[in-house]
Amino acid sequence: MPLPLFWFFAILMLVGGLAVISLRNPVAAALSMVASFVGLAGLFIGLNAYLVGIIQILVYAGAIMVLFLFIIMLLDLKTEEKRAPKVVPVVGGLGIVLAFTIQLIGVLGKTPPKESEPLDLVAAATHQTGGIQETLKDDRLPDVNLVGDLMFTEYNLPLQIVGVLLLVATVGVVVLSKRQTA
Amino acid sequence: MAGLHSYLLVSGLLFAIGLAGVVLRRNIIVVFMCLELMLSAANLTLVAFSRFNGVNGLPDYNGQMLVFFVITVAAAEVAVGLAIIVALYRARQTIHTDDLTSMRG
Amino acid sequence: MFAWILLLLPLLAAAANQLYLKRNAFIASLVSTGAVVATFVIALVLLGRDDAVVGPVSWISLENDPGLSLSLKLDQLSKGMMVIVTGIGMLVHIFSLGYMADDSAKARYFTGLSLFMFSMTGIVLAGNFIMTFIFWELVGLSSYLLIGHWYQKDSAADAAKKAFIVNRIGDFGFMIGILMLFGITGTFIFDDMGGGLANFKEGYESCYACLIGTAILCVFCGAVGKSAQMPLHVWLPDAMEGPTPVSALIHAATMVAAGVYMLFRVQLSLGVEIFTETFAGDVIAWVGGITALGAALMATQQNDIKRVLAYSTLSQLGYMVMATGLGGGDAGMFHLYTHAWFKALLFLGSGAVIYACHHEQDIWKMGGLLKKMPITGATFIAGTAALIAVPFTSGFFSKEAILHAAEAKPALFWIAVAVAVLTPFYMTRLVLVAFLGSPRTDDADHAKEVAPVMWGPLAVLGVLALISGFAFFNGIAPATPAHAGEFHVNKLFWISLGALAAGVIPAFLLYGGRSKDPLSIPLFRERFYIDALYDKIVVKGLQNGSAAVVHFFDEFVVNGLIVGGASRLAESFGMLFRRVQSGNLQGYAFTFGIGVILVIYFTTFWK
Repeated sequence: MPLPLFWFFAILMLVGGLAVISLRNPVAAALSMVASFVGLAGLFIGLNAYLVGIIQILVYAGAIMVLFLFIIMLLDLKTEEKRAPKVVPVVGGLGIVLAFTIQLIGVLGKTPPKESEPLDLVAAATHQTGGIQETLKDDRLPDVNLVGDLMFTEYNLPLQIVGVLLLVATVGVVVLSKRQTA
Repeated sequence: MAGLHSYLLVSGLLFAIGLAGVVLRRNIIVVFMCLELMLSAANLTLVAFSRFNGVNGLPDYNGQMLVFFVITVAAAEVAVGLAIIVALYRARQTIHTDDLTSMRG
Repeated sequence: MFAWILLLLPLLAAAANQLYLKRNAFIASLVSTGAVVATFVIALVLLGRDDAVVGPVSWISLENDPGLSLSLKLDQLSKGMMVIVTGIGMLVHIFSLGYMADDSAKARYFTGLSLFMFSMTGIVLAGNFIMTFIFWELVGLSSYLLIGHWYQKDSAADAAKKAFIVNRIGDFGFMIGILMLFGITGTFIFDDMGGGLANFKEGYESCYACLIGTAILCVFCGAVGKSAQMPLHVWLPDAMEGPTPVSALIHAATMVAAGVYMLFRVQLSLGVEIFTETFAGDVIAWVGGITALGAALMATQQNDIKRVLAYSTLSQLGYMVMATGLGGGDAGMFHLYTHAWFKALLFLGSGAVIYACHHEQDIWKMGGLLKKMPITGATFIAGTAALIAVPFTSGFFSKEAILHAAEAKPALFWIAVAVAVLTPFYMTRLVLVAFLGSPRTDDADHAKEVAPVMWGPLAVLGVLALISGFAFFNGIAPATPAHAGEFHVNKLFWISLGALAAGVIPAFLLYGGRSKDPLSIPLFRERFYIDALYDKIVVKGLQNGSAAVVHFFDEFVVNGLIVGGASRLAESFGMLFRRVQSGNLQGYAFTFGIGVILVIYFTTFWK
């Protein structure tokens, strides 16, 4: 990913994030979050993770954000009325964030930098079989095929379990949202 | 080309922003959004490592699998969490965390 | 086989009564009585059989150790004793059918009696010291239950407690003694003890006498408690708070004699030399002698009919213990045997009197009862004759045997003679005041002869009191000294006769026709102030002292330090962490963030 493009998406993401925590209107915060996630999806795609990027847009920026907005509107939340900020949480929160950032920079400073190597798809084809091998030989990255291959072979059991989890979550949401009738 | 450090720095900053939001904001929906930001930051780290630690010339797709599962669980969590918020709002008519102190010891 | 039935039948009766027949008092009383009649028959059957050791049944087996076994020892001593125990037990049960007919807790009473019969049988038949000790405690328990039968009365409850606690003091020494004997002889089994003792004597010649003497004295502590010798005699007179048949069975005839029985058992097992050749014998004899004399003196000033008899029992027990200590255990046992019959008779007779006089126990409020209750009166007088050793009654022969045993030690001999003077004195006083003269209260005036179920046992005992001393009956006596039951006119006879006269004649002169006690000797009436002294020192002082210690321990150490400390510790920790539970979401997130940073710090930057 070219450096300017990387920084564009990165800054889009970070500014979106900052907007989420600084805007008082929850609708605005939710929309900032969409922007942030678009930036994030760009970064994913820049990392050759096309499927993850698309899903980030579809699931987060699409479905989950709609859910957030839906709830915000359902509850009819107005802009947060201005409350006097408490000094202790603000100072403490910023302190923690600062400490975390310093630690992050420390860790990154201690480890040697690593540049990305370009993907050698044709060479990688020798380790694969079938359609994936064919596509790789054409110097294209069969991202979805590779993910699907892994998901339905090695990660089949976790996949099933996650399916059950989603079912349970659905039932739980229904139960929680049901109005208690006497 | 952006190096691994750039991605990690960006993802760490996003995580820090999310954490700051959780600590600072008092609207519980916004807090919830910030949680999502933090999860996404973790996802970015995973994908970055997956790309920069390739195997046989391809990204390590095990990392991406983990991202999928995180996204799925996050989706479930959002659904349940928002349902809880709705129920909470029905009961208390507020989603302001300062007013939700019945767990005080 | 018979022996086991003999032992377990009363237990079965007690269990049946306690578990199934609590509400069915009449059947319960019949069950108990039936059981005791059956055991009496078995005891008579066993009397005709050879000596044997039944068992042993292994009870606790230990590695490298003989372990403990249960065995029943049948010899002349135990078989004869069983006849006494079951015989008197049977008569007391029958008497109780009448005496306790109207009692509200009759089932409990008969359960207690059956339990006692079981325990007493256990003591008598025990083949080793551990069994003796177990059943020793069991008789203590049943005695406690029966003394406290009318526990609604404070005095009865207190008396039960007193009896139990005083006995515990003695039993503590008893246990030490048993363990010392085990250490010396290496066995608990009576039959093996003699051999073990001989081995010990060879190995440790120098400290032999001292050790065995101490062990015997410790064992004697048990007898001091159970047989109510000085200084632990205080419980027995108080035990008269129990129903009178209980006093007859337990506190006159059988249980209190268990101490003497046990001493004689030791004497048979270890040889009579352990009494005659060590200091233990002297101590035992003197304790017995002093008890005999002291109790006789106290008896002269008591007004409660049962208390007079209680002190008389003490005094006679002292006799037996003295004889045993002097090595004349067979004389002691012989006296135990005759004493059991006539003292049970006297107690049952007093019970009949008390019953007829509507629970009046003061002899000065009786009088003229011989005319009102001829059978009771006659049997009572027969028992008195035996007790004061009128020639040719049973008591005469056994008392003679004791005097003979004491002849070697002049001091003790003259004490025995003094007791022989005092006994006729107070017994004559009792008979004169209670049975002769004219009725002094309405209760006495309206007294009527008791029912046959009550005077029947009296009559049987009356006959036995008169004749059981003759040589003809020696077969059922647990032990018989040489020349038992034979009559010789010798120096002892004249001394004995003189003592009788010296007791009876002054009593007649003093108490004939009196309606008030002409003598007042506070020292005797207040029992040498021993009870008061115990009350002051032991009960008040010790109790208050230990109560203070216990209170301190309880209040400050347990409550303040351990319980309170633990709770305060938990509470303060709780208060500490309570602040963390602010109920503030941001606070939690903040803490969580600190945790994250610390984890990163320790995993990445530490060292």
